[in-house]
Formats: sequence, C-alpha cells, structure tokens
Amino acid sequence: MGYQGNFRVWRGDEDGGGLEDFTVEVNEGEVVLDVIHRLQATQAGDLAVRWNCKAGKCGSCSAEINGRPRLLCMTRMSTFTEGETITITPMRTFPIIRDLVTDVSFNYTKAREIPSFKPPKDLAPGEYRMQQIDVERSQEFRKCIECFLCQDTCHVIRDHEENKEAFAGPRFLMRVAELEMHPLDEGGRTVAAQETHGLGLCNITKCCSEVCPEHIKITDNALIPMKERVADRKYDPVVWLGNKIFRRQS
Amino acid sequence: MRAQISERTLRTDRWWLSPLLTVAGLGLISVYAAIRTFMNDYYWVSEYHYLTPMYSPCLSAECVPAASHFGQPLPELPGFLTPPIFIIPFLLGFRITCYYYRKAYYRAAWMSPPACAVAEPHKTYTGETKAPLIAQNLHRYFFYAASLLLLVNIYDAITAFVGEKGFGIGLGNIILLVNVGLLAAYTASCHSCRHIMGGKLKHFSKHPVRYWMWQKISKLNAKHMQLAWASLIFVCLTDLYIALVASGVIGDLRIVN
Repeated sequence: MGYQGNFRVWRGDEDGGGLEDFTVEVNEGEVVLDVIHRLQATQAGDLAVRWNCKAGKCGSCSAEINGRPRLLCMTRMSTFTEGETITITPMRTFPIIRDLVTDVSFNYTKAREIPSFKPPKDLAPGEYRMQQIDVERSQEFRKCIECFLCQDTCHVIRDHEENKEAFAGPRFLMRVAELEMHPLDEGGRTVAAQETHGLGLCNITKCCSEVCPEHIKITDNALIPMKERVADRKYDPVVWLGNKIFRRQS
Repeated sequence: MRAQISERTLRTDRWWLSPLLTVAGLGLISVYAAIRTFMNDYYWVSEYHYLTPMYSPCLSAECVPAASHFGQPLPELPGFLTPPIFIIPFLLGFRITCYYYRKAYYRAAWMSPPACAVAEPHKTYTGETKAPLIAQNLHRYFFYAASLLLLVNIYDAITAFVGEKGFGIGLGNIILLVNVGLLAAYTASCHSCRHIMGGKLKHFSKHPVRYWMWQKISKLNAKHMQLAWASLIFVCLTDLYIALVASGVIGDLRIVN
C-alpha cells in the first residue's frame, strides 16, 4: 500500500545550499532512487542525481541516506517506518557539483597513481598460466563496482581534507593489494603502499568494509594483509635478516 | 568545495551505543585486572593445583613455591610490584596491538572516528605513521610471546588434573580447559598468525600445507572480534573462580575425586 513519505533532500551547489523538505508518494517494493525519480517528475524537475543501472552494479547513485553512505538504488523503502523523515545528502568527502551529484575525479587521479600490472619479462600476453587458488584472493577485489562509498566514509579523508594528497583511500589500497597478491605481478608494491599510497594513515576502523555494497572484506583481506607485508619489509628485522641470509627476493 | 552541511552527522540510529559499550567493557575489565594484579593473593589453589592464568608463569621469589611450575629465577619484587608484572606487558601488548582491539579503542576511546560517517573531534590526523602508533607494526612479536604464554597456560590446565589427593576432575579443571581453548582460538585467529602461516605467500599452489593452514585460520579470523571478547571475559571469569575457591568463599564443585 502506498503512503505519503517525508523526505529532506540537500539541494544546492558550491555556492551554498541546504536541506529542503518534500512529501512524496511511496509505493510497496520501492527503493530510495524510485522516490527521488518521483520527486524529479512531480515537484523538483531540476533535481540533479547521478544514476544508471538501478541494480547495484554500476556504482553511480552513491549518496548518504540518514547520514549513512549507501546506494540509492539498493536501499529499500521498507527498511524505514512510514512516519520517519528520510534525509538524503550528497557524499560529503567529494566536491559538490549540484544537489546529489559530486565530483569524484579525486578517485580517478588516485587510480592513475598506481602502476599497472607488471608481468614477468619473459612472458608474452597469452602465455600467462596461473592456478585458480593463486588468483582467487585477488578476484574478491575485482567485485568492486567503484561506487566510492568506501572512499566517502573513510575518516582519513572525510574528516581531514589535507590527507587527500598522501592517501589513496581504501578502494585504491585494495587495488594495490590485488596486484601485490597477483601470482604473476612483479611490481614490488609493498613499500609503495606505505610510502606513496599512505597505507600507514589507515587505522583499520573498518568503515570501508561496513559500507561496501559488494560486501568485500576490504580491511581483513586487503588492508591488513598489506599492513603485514609492509611490516615484513620495513619493521621486521627477523624477516629482513632471513631474506639476506637465504638470498630470498622479498 | 564540499556540500555545506553543518551537522556533525545525520545518522539517526544509535551509533553511540557500540563505542559506549566498548569503553564500558574494556574499562571494567581493566579495573578488575588491575585489582587482581596488585592483590598478589588467592591465585593458587593448593588442594587442586589450580593456578590463575593472570599469574602464570609465576617466576619471582615471592610466588607460592608450588605455583611456580617453571622455578623462581627472578628475585623478590620491591614495593607494590607483583609477579604478573613480568607477563602483563606481553599479554597487554598482544591485545593492544591486535587489529580488532585497535579498531575498538580507536573508535570508542579516541573517537577516530566514533562511528562510520560521524565526524571525529580531532583537527589533525596522522594515523599509524608516527610514534607511538607506528609501534602497532610490532604486533607479530607480541603474537610470538602470547603463543609461548599460551603453551604455559595449557601446561597449567593439564597439570591441574593432579592435585594433592592425586588425579581428579572439578569444575575448576573444566573452566581452565575452556579458558585455554578460547585463548588458543583467539591467538590462532590473529591477523599476524594468518599472514605468517600463509597469507604472505604469492603462490598458494606451491605450498599446499601452508595454504590449508591459511584457509583454516581465515575461517577463525572471521570470528576474531567474538573470540577477542570471549577470551578476554573468560580469563577474568577463570581468575574470579580461582580467587573465590582459593580464598575459601566457595568450594570447588568436584566431579571425580
């Protein structure tokens, strides 16, 4: 059964803005993005919202619903009570363009800072051979839809804009981990993770894992294993000595 | 320029409850552990050979001789210092540098952040890049030390089956066994353990035994938070039971002999 729901939507741009109240019809089975579309169609034709697949796979409709980073298309209206006022705001960590749309180009800049896959010199494309058990760890990270909710919620840059220069964010530290764990990658990414991409700034408070719509265990499976690999290289004299004595490539 | 939103958070759920419970839980346990450490009594039940894990191994000259399973190589301690002072730095170090507890106290005690998408109160943030927090990278050394102490606790739990009247089983034995079981599960589920056993490998296919161990530890690792709390609380309960039996407040419930 439908009902009239109460919504507060942030409207504005870089010059200013604020929360505006709306009452919008809500029908059974709808998600928040459906309501935003009805709001656009009936009351606020110029409301800006980025969206694409409506299936939780394109990562376009990231926003904050009642203060929590969520995908608009994957947040069911049935999770709220009928009398509840639902607040919808743009992602806080990124510059605002207009209404619910933010400029996420910070993430593309960080993506470009990570050197791409580096295969062994003696292997040509088409000659790569890998065991499934060697690649499946990295495959978890390939589920990422690049919604950037993890980047949005990470307090390292959300609460400290000044860290954006030094910190790649959980999505791209996970990319570093993906390459580091790849059986054929020879990029040697451990020290760069700490010194170039800012892994040491992460204090593993797991908000990135909490908001991930793909349920990737970013902290446990990517960030902490990378921290342990960094500890091997930079903070563990026993491993360092063992590598020297046995002439292991660390 | 970000969207201008003045509120610290727009979350409407009880985001403050989890950090509050964490601070309360860790605070209570810290107070209890401090009281028992400086009490320096009621840690050994001579009749049944129960030794509390908080005083094991008991290595200084002031220990009850029978409670010193590994001798007394250390001299009597001056002033208010008590035998646990030799083991607490390692046990505390293991828990403080643990990846789960770091999350817990960074959120609950340091509010960095207090909860996801709730602004932290600090003006600057350097994470774990500088002293003293860069020392969190020493977690693996505390893991090694805690593993050795776990072996000592297992030895204590096994030898406790033989008391002054010979072999016997009491509630204390079962508590000691459950305690070492939980401690073993918590220690084995540690992220450093997971890394050392197999996580650091690039090619699992070349190391099938280590891959098998990594898989098992990964399953335990998924329960690291639950094991951290269960083992911490149960150590206190074990100590409390032994303190009550040692002081004569209650008697041990005997099952055999």
